[in-house]
Amino acid sequence: MKLSELIASAGFEVISPGNAACEVVAGYTSDLLSDVMAHCPEDSIFITVQNHKNSVAVSTLVGAVAILVVHDREIPKDMLDAAQAENVALLRTSKNQFEASCLVAKILSVS
Amino acid sequence: METDAAPQPPPTPAMLQKTRGQTLPVDAHHQPLVLLELIQRLKVRDVMTQEIVSVQRHEPLWVAQAAMKDKHISGVPVVEEGRLFGLVSIEDIIRAVEGGYIAQPCGDYMTTKLVVLEDDMPLSFAVQYFDRFRFGRFPVLNRDRALVGIICQRDINRALLVELSAEFNRMEQTVAQINGHTAKIDANTYMLREFPVAKYDFENAGKAANVIKAAMIERKYPPKIVRRVAVAAYELEINLCVHSVGGVLSWQLSNGRSEVIAKDSGPGIADVEWACRDGTSTANEWIRSLGFGAGLGLVNVKRVSDEFEITSQLGSGTIVRSAVNIALEENK
Repeated sequence: MKLSELIASAGFEVISPGNAACEVVAGYTSDLLSDVMAHCPEDSIFITVQNHKNSVAVSTLVGAVAILVVHDREIPKDMLDAAQAENVALLRTSKNQFEASCLVAKILSVS
Repeated sequence: METDAAPQPPPTPAMLQKTRGQTLPVDAHHQPLVLLELIQRLKVRDVMTQEIVSVQRHEPLWVAQAAMKDKHISGVPVVEEGRLFGLVSIEDIIRAVEGGYIAQPCGDYMTTKLVVLEDDMPLSFAVQYFDRFRFGRFPVLNRDRALVGIICQRDINRALLVELSAEFNRMEQTVAQINGHTAKIDANTYMLREFPVAKYDFENAGKAANVIKAAMIERKYPPKIVRRVAVAAYELEINLCVHSVGGVLSWQLSNGRSEVIAKDSGPGIADVEWACRDGTSTANEWIRSLGFGAGLGLVNVKRVSDEFEITSQLGSGTIVRSAVNIALEENK
């Protein structure tokens, strides 16, 4: 599924669009960056509470195409700058991590 | 060539030939051709300093002294109407100060037995002359015996660095063109990068891993390999940032092997085996709130490495090596 379709379907707030035309094949939910580095699949949406630029660095390393920050947490400027520089989509939702993950799973039909 | 102030006839080719290869610190049979070609192709005039600070014979020695101090140079040629008469070196000035004749004319105390270079000589001559005569600088004359420049070792260093850099750049581009879309891993691919990492500098943590990753992508290494190396680099970089008093992350690519080394100067790990276990960490709450310190870092590094080694001593420091065998992976 295209990232733009996922965003439209889920109604996530787009903080930084990244590459809207790219494919999203999976989701990964975690707040431990080492865990993300170890297990997050490529071309996935990374769902996290970690609203700082290290999340962007890790997404870039593993090839995640989008970061979804939950609980409407504030996005610091350096995180936004990093996401723009690395062309990683930065999304936000008011949902909690569980709800957001379930929604993404439902839309991607991976559950 | 040596000159006795009054200009001598230019050296014959036989004379020049005689000096060739005597003291050049590179050997024509075993050194890269590009280097030999470079020091033959570059002429003394390409390298020398053309802005000459000079004095005249009638001027007192302290004028030469002031010029040296002012321009941070160690020798001043004595020139009149473009013709070189001698050279006042810092040694001459020291002798003049000791002997109390600093107010005497330069012409009376300058060095007149000079060794000079010609501007169209290859740079290899200058290199040889510096080795042979142990002077700090050589005046450079043109074919008409007029002083046109001064050359010192620093000029040579600078010119060689610029030229070698351009040469390497050209060679790298050629290699990239030859290899097309696939990086050929061979013994000739060599890179070394070092990144200092400061304690709690989260502002910059991760930058080294990014540079390494970008360098590998640029050279078209397989994405799987890039990810493994980048994960190891990132984890080790964060470890330096979180746990050490500061250190250096280095990355070396040679012989088809990538090696990331994190080296710090303390505080050291009391129980290395414990530290490498899944889920064990000494990180504080603040670090954990940033998503680090879950005790997965070293486990991750180990997992992505073909070779993993950690040595540590409490009170001194820790060295972690993570090697990925690129050639092996490519052949799989």
